[in-house]
Amino acid sequence: MSNILARLFPPKTRRPDEVVIEIGIILTMVFLVYILTSKKKWGWLWREWLTSVDHKRIGIMYLISAILMLFRGGVDALMIRSQLMVPNNHVLPVGQYDELFTTHGTIMIFFMAMPLIFAMFNLAIPFMIGSRDVAFPRLNAMSFWLFACGAALFNMSFLVGGSPNAGWTSYPPLTELAFNPGVGQNYYLLAIQIAGIGSIATGVNFLITILKMRAPGMTLMRMPMFVWTSLVTSALILFAFPPLTVALAMTMLDRLFGSNFFTITHGGMPMMYVNLFWLFGHPEVYILVLPSFGIFSEVVATFSRKRLFGYTAMVWSVLTITFLSYGTWVHHFFTMGAGPGVNAFFGVSTMLIAIPTGIKIFNWIFTMWYGRVRTPVAMLWALAFIPTFVVGGATGVMLGAVVGDYQFHNSYFLIAHFHNVLIGGTVFGLLAGVYYWWPKTFGYKLDEHQGRWFFWLFFIGFWITFMPQYALGFMGMTRRLYTYPPGLGWSIPNLISTLGAFTMGAGFLVFVYSIRYSYKHGERDLSGDPWDGRTLEWSLPSPPPAYNFARIPVVSDRDAWWEMKQQNQTHVIRVNAQDVQPIEMPKSSSIPFLMFVAFFVFGFGMVFEWWWIAVLGGLGVVALLIAGTFDYEDHEEIHPETIRRIEGSLGRLQG
Amino acid sequence: MTPKRPKRAYRYILFMSLGIGLLVTGCGQQYVLLHPAGPVAHSELGLIYLSGALMLFIILLVWVLLAIVLVRFRDKPGNKAPYRPLWEHNRKLELFWLGLSLAIVIVISIPTVQKTYALDKLPPAKDPVVIDVTAIQYKWLFEYPQQHIATVNYVNIPSGVPVLFELTAEAPMNTFWVPRLGGMEYTMPGEVLPLWLEASKSGLYPGRSGQFSGRGFVHMTFNVRAVPMNQFRNWVTRVQKQNHPLTLSDYNRLVDRHIWVSPATYSSYPISTFPKTTHGFTLHGNMYTQMKNMFMNMPS
Repeated sequence: MSNILARLFPPKTRRPDEVVIEIGIILTMVFLVYILTSKKKWGWLWREWLTSVDHKRIGIMYLISAILMLFRGGVDALMIRSQLMVPNNHVLPVGQYDELFTTHGTIMIFFMAMPLIFAMFNLAIPFMIGSRDVAFPRLNAMSFWLFACGAALFNMSFLVGGSPNAGWTSYPPLTELAFNPGVGQNYYLLAIQIAGIGSIATGVNFLITILKMRAPGMTLMRMPMFVWTSLVTSALILFAFPPLTVALAMTMLDRLFGSNFFTITHGGMPMMYVNLFWLFGHPEVYILVLPSFGIFSEVVATFSRKRLFGYTAMVWSVLTITFLSYGTWVHHFFTMGAGPGVNAFFGVSTMLIAIPTGIKIFNWIFTMWYGRVRTPVAMLWALAFIPTFVVGGATGVMLGAVVGDYQFHNSYFLIAHFHNVLIGGTVFGLLAGVYYWWPKTFGYKLDEHQGRWFFWLFFIGFWITFMPQYALGFMGMTRRLYTYPPGLGWSIPNLISTLGAFTMGAGFLVFVYSIRYSYKHGERDLSGDPWDGRTLEWSLPSPPPAYNFARIPVVSDRDAWWEMKQQNQTHVIRVNAQDVQPIEMPKSSSIPFLMFVAFFVFGFGMVFEWWWIAVLGGLGVVALLIAGTFDYEDHEEIHPETIRRIEGSLGRLQG
Repeated sequence: MTPKRPKRAYRYILFMSLGIGLLVTGCGQQYVLLHPAGPVAHSELGLIYLSGALMLFIILLVWVLLAIVLVRFRDKPGNKAPYRPLWEHNRKLELFWLGLSLAIVIVISIPTVQKTYALDKLPPAKDPVVIDVTAIQYKWLFEYPQQHIATVNYVNIPSGVPVLFELTAEAPMNTFWVPRLGGMEYTMPGEVLPLWLEASKSGLYPGRSGQFSGRGFVHMTFNVRAVPMNQFRNWVTRVQKQNHPLTLSDYNRLVDRHIWVSPATYSSYPISTFPKTTHGFTLHGNMYTQMKNMFMNMPS
């Protein structure tokens, strides 16, 4: 018994700050259970959320999870920056710093950015293509619950058993048992693996949804730009995740079952992992940024009251980026002796990506040209993106120039570069999307005034944080350093950078407050079209009813809703009281949630190498898969009377 | 409210120029990348300047265009600028920026490819020095195969002569980086990767690892001391006479105990410890010439 306790709570999980967090989490859980019980909300939670297969509900759950993870990853970042604030600093113990930069990177990529992207997919795509749900609603719920399982497992690591500490890339042989005992790395492997299954399923789901479920008349070249980039992103996920799955599985075999794929001894080949990881890792960068490109295209066109400039060029740029993104992975390790031929090839292919990206940047600017530019918060994020991302892209080209990279590799120049593209591109884009689609999702706007505070704090904080880091790169500071001596000139840039990071943190607090405030006092969206939008989601009431479209629209042009408004044809979206047909919708299912439980048990057993628990969880997964195939009653009909009542109450009935 | 807005746009641009200004104006000695002390670092800095200048041009172009758009096409009452909601295409403009970005990529690509090949072989020299580098948890071991001496956590090299560092590891990966002499290269277990550097002048050049290798990673630093050739030879002779040898058990202790140690010097080292095959160029040319030689010498 004491043996088991010692494995679950080794000394390194008992640091004071972690105990405080632990108590905090327990208290929060007790509080939540109390609220749910006293308000008799358990049934509601189960029926309306946990078992829901509605893409809108799933999207909201993704959104909430992503914001929670942004908080966790952000706190990690602030702790890292506090440690680096002054030279010879020791506010964190040496091992904990390593855990923090590992969890910061892993959480921000896999458990913040990915779910936020999937939230945008779920909250926007079915509306934009005029569909009532995704192609495989239950698989969609399964994707979410597998992501949630991975996130829960990963976040548990710092309370139970110990955190991973080999960086988000986790190169072997550092992850080998000999150099990295304990369960931390097992958490990393299992959590990402399980969440990865969900990501692949989401890729399949939206690929099929976009290809097969578009409204009549919406040809590929009439799809909104966000749908295009999502289509391409889904395809990228489908091809990029398998190498990661293989790399993680092989590392897991090395650690748990004594194989020698990547070990130092017995002919293991650590560099193979690096190849596999970046074969995933580079396309992953585009998985993260392409949806944002799509969001910018929607937001910029809407708030310029103008058509997107160079639509065809944009589509081809996206396709070119997709194709090229598979031919650039070696640029993450020019310094691993691949030889001049290989390095030169991958250097040039990397710089080639700048061409389609540059074209897109110019196209966004010229979308605003001859337009009428309004600047609500959603548009501010898009406007902030252009000057920020261009700096990140430019430093990317500098890194792509092979011999320049010999000096920049793994220095703070690199750190600044990828934060510049990931925050300036992905995060700004997703925040633009959050502000843009928030009224559609929840029926009220986020407060604009507070939104501006959030924007300026975060935006200015970003520049203060990361510009000094470019300088640090030129001063020779390398990444993942626990501390540094004075006299190298690193002190002042690090101090400035830390101040910037806390400014961004303050911005995030304003954002959270703003959500809370707007929930009560935000401007209600009664029209369903608060931004004078162009695409089909704005033809729906906010929030849309369960079946989205009472009548599936017929599309005849690119900006379908805008054209309807121009030609005074908005009544065509309304259904005639006599014509209401029953609508067949997918039925809630408890299987996705039970899958979460089974996978969690399985993952937990694997992490601690307690095989009987793992086998139990594994059997649960198999049993649920089989049970799912015999569940024939997965659809239900919504009665015409119900539809008439709902549409009537929204004032959207004809006749 | 409305008259204030264009001002805000200017402020926004001004602010960002300040951010970049911080980077560009930093020319103190602490910006080690900007003060190369050898031909390799010099060549690399050349490309950094070229790509940096062209990229700065693109950045400024985008910023200026964005500023113009924001000032000219704001949605405010009385804005006289033309409004053409259906303007969505202009072949000339699109071809222009396709051409512009392509031209810039070509201008950077050509020297990139040239330099990538140029740095991947040892330049012709009378007597280049070879140093075998092993990264261990958390220390650097330097072995001089030509002189049969070894040092830990510091390395002496002759100035004005190319030095071939052959890199490997008995531990997780690290990178070997001396910023003022030139860019880095990985040290990987079971592989030997070549890197040549040269110090033009005598001096002390700090080096460090760029790849996180575990808890003591922060200690993975070393100093490169470049001295004139005759002084270097004297130092070698002195070490060979005065210092203790590195025995196999000493070596094993260095590998097994994962701690930093203070700099040390040894008059010899066990020959068997360093892997034999190099992955890349050696004293005898690059991979291709080696393969060619191998092919020529094959019995038919």
